Amino acid sequence: MLVALVVTALVVIALLSDLLVPRLGEQWERHRARRQRVPTMPYDPGRERRAEQRARALLRSCVNEEEWSMYRDLGFIRVWGSQKDGPEIARADATGGAAYGYLVYPHKPIVAFLAQTHRLLNEYCVTFPDETRPYGSARLPDSDDVLAKWMALTGDERRLIATANMHLPGRQVDPAQVKRDLWRLSQWERARLRAAGGQAAESKSTFSP
Amino acid sequence: MKPGHGEVLIAEGDVELRADELRLMEAFRQQLDEGMWAAVPVTEPAGHRQAELVSAFEDIPSNTDRVIFFPRAAGGAR
Repeated sequence: MLVALVVTALVVIALLSDLLVPRLGEQWERHRARRQRVPTMPYDPGRERRAEQRARALLRSCVNEEEWSMYRDLGFIRVWGSQKDGPEIARADATGGAAYGYLVYPHKPIVAFLAQTHRLLNEYCVTFPDETRPYGSARLPDSDDVLAKWMALTGDERRLIATANMHLPGRQVDPAQVKRDLWRLSQWERARLRAAGGQAAESKSTFSP
Repeated sequence: MKPGHGEVLIAEGDVELRADELRLMEAFRQQLDEGMWAAVPVTEPAGHRQAELVSAFEDIPSNTDRVIFFPRAAGGAR
């Protein structure tokens, strides 16, 4: 009787081994993989901050003093448009020769506006992706993004506008925010003028007999 | 400008020296081949500042002291 039971057990084990052995092997491999140390790049919390500091220094060295102060104080740069009929020549809402400009924000669309009335014209969504890493491109630091837009706008405005995806105002940037920014900009410019006037008067009185 | 890193020095040298000039030309060509745009910040006599986009080494103004490469612009969110 005992012999029969042992033989039966051996037969059952032999039959099940075909199923169990691969599973056990797989479980063991998984266990080993879980315990294996994966080399990781240590996260450097200062890297982005240092990159941004370098980017700010580069931006400052390229734009003029007014534009740099504008970016430092307000967080954006205004670039005047140079096309005779506005950014979109073929469009019905061309500016008709009126002065226009762009507000350049970091990592936001460029917003075109009429200088006199502050009417918003369009949003131009543009990015500067790393072509060498199409599936996981990191972003440019904020100030580099602003500088890239500034260089592209002042270097070849038409080309940049043709490259960008154009939308009506309000698609990504809140028009109320842009209006507020334009108002802040006008206040900021007045304050600068007053300060410059005060300095000029001061220096005049210093040199007066 | 390199995404994730910011400003990175690619090459420097004196264009008056032939060996340096060749090295700078090679670096310039390589950046453009990688899809970068090249810009030279310039200051006009009136003090107005702007950038000049250049696509050939010969187009770089002789009095410039640097060329900035940045990723080519592409349309953003549709």
